[in-house]
Amino acid sequence: MGTHFYNPAEGGDALLWQHLFWFFGHPEVYIIFLPAVGMVSTILPAFVGRPLFGYMLLVMALITTGVLSFGLWVHHMFTVGLPRLGESFFTASSMSIALPAGVQIVCWLATLWAGKPVYKTPLLFVLGFIVTFVMGGLTGVMVASVPFDTQVHDTYFVVAHFHYVLIGGAVFPLLAAIHYWFPKITGRMMSERLGRWSFWLIFSGFHLTFFPMHLLGLLGMPRRIYTYQPELPWAGLNLFVSLSALILFAGFLIFFVNILRSWNDGLPGGDNPWGATTLEWATASPPPSYNFRRIPVVSGREALSAGEEDLPVVAGLRTDRRELLVTSVVEALPQARESSTSDSVWPFWAAVATSVLFIWSIFTPWAVVWGSIPVAVTLVGWFWP
Amino acid sequence: MRDRVVLDASGLPLHGSGAESPTWWATLAFMLIEGTGFALAIAVYLYLMSLAPEWPLQAPPPDLWAGTSLTLLLIASVVPNILVGRWAQQRNLRRVRIGLVVMTLLGIAPLILRAFEFTTLNIRWDDNAYGSILWMLLGLHTTHILTDVVDTVVLACLMFSRLGDNTRRFGDVEDNCLYWNFVVVAWLPLYGCIYWLARL
Ligand SMILES: [Cu+2]
Repeated sequence: MGTHFYNPAEGGDALLWQHLFWFFGHPEVYIIFLPAVGMVSTILPAFVGRPLFGYMLLVMALITTGVLSFGLWVHHMFTVGLPRLGESFFTASSMSIALPAGVQIVCWLATLWAGKPVYKTPLLFVLGFIVTFVMGGLTGVMVASVPFDTQVHDTYFVVAHFHYVLIGGAVFPLLAAIHYWFPKITGRMMSERLGRWSFWLIFSGFHLTFFPMHLLGLLGMPRRIYTYQPELPWAGLNLFVSLSALILFAGFLIFFVNILRSWNDGLPGGDNPWGATTLEWATASPPPSYNFRRIPVVSGREALSAGEEDLPVVAGLRTDRRELLVTSVVEALPQARESSTSDSVWPFWAAVATSVLFIWSIFTPWAVVWGSIPVAVTLVGWFWP
Repeated sequence: MRDRVVLDASGLPLHGSGAESPTWWATLAFMLIEGTGFALAIAVYLYLMSLAPEWPLQAPPPDLWAGTSLTLLLIASVVPNILVGRWAQQRNLRRVRIGLVVMTLLGIAPLILRAFEFTTLNIRWDDNAYGSILWMLLGLHTTHILTDVVDTVVLACLMFSRLGDNTRRFGDVEDNCLYWNFVVVAWLPLYGCIYWLARL
């Protein structure tokens, strides 16, 4: 059998591969989504003029999502004929992930509710994210149920669902983040006027393109087809989808034009154009390669406060070698000055050796034995002071 | 913004030990990951055992002598191991050097016994599911002994070189001792599964 674990002709099992793929594939969705949660939670307070509501709750919900995400993968395999108990368990776990997601949404809405929102482009994209992601979450709870999933499995309903959660949950926050951090990266603001245009075209274009796919799925249109018989009742909606995609495209076109134009000709933004309270806004825009001359001291959740001219910093670290401060876990009291690694080519060779080992092991299990020798050599080289 | 100095770090030590050292946390995290790996492998063993009509499956249980003497040797090695950790904490270079040589030998000896263990399992890894999980458990643990021996040898070379007398390196020795304790403790449930659950 060698390493043909998934090859039925060699005594392997293709279903094993499907399990392995989705055991990776489902958490991967959250690997895409969780950074977006961080972006939204960082951007939102800057535009409502108040700290995040329920910060602790939000962080716990985020961790819960991360843990739960490892126990859901079988909801992609409801139609392969698994035992009933398994299907029930994975229905329950898939639905339960809506709880921490709901907690996060409530925290963001409460932050908006309690603050005074200033509707600049980054906030518009955050709002677009909330609307779109909630809709994708709702269809997510629907497809978590086995009877419903059996109906829409491999149809356009699923295509609609995952575009709502992934474009809604990751691309909208990413667009918000680009507009938000662009002045930090380049020192220049993106155009608000073009930003609004791109937001409304992307938002409406997205929903006009992807909402009808729910209906197409319910009408039975399968995924992964390039054409179908003319008598099937899908042509009108598909034409509508194709035309709407042009609106979406126009929105992205304006977005890219905005980036190109603002890169050199945008208005200067200064160090902290949004009056934000996180640390990156305390340094120059664009930041120097060393970020800060001295390590800043942060004494609360808000690193910066309005109107403050001084940045509290640590002195006494050496300037002739890389040093970093080791602190206690909870109180962050300084404990030691640890030397930080210097430039080294060993991590690169370690990565090459590891890649060779894994790719080689596709062909023979002995690769794990012989391939581990160069891996060990490079790791020792990396470790050696 | 203008820098306002509120803290002076120049008096801090160049290396902390225990929870003050990043590599200690890294070792801890590594033990957590590897411990999860062992727990999953044991879960697979128990799962297969619960499904099988008889256990061990179509084979006599593994012979006791190699595994048991290896277990005793591993337990005994904890004593010098803890001593080396203590000497590293005291920055006693001479004793640490001697201790690392002793720990290298105490790492190689179990590997020799382990070779005999593989020959006395009474089943091949591709005979059936029982054979597979048995070789899996033993192979997984052997990898851990092997990596720690390599680690100890590298550290021994380092401590005999002129780079050895350094707080950071003594911290590495302490972390290595911590990890060897983990390798020993992780073996005990595996030993129970492989040799005694198969005799129930
Ligand atoms: Cu999934």
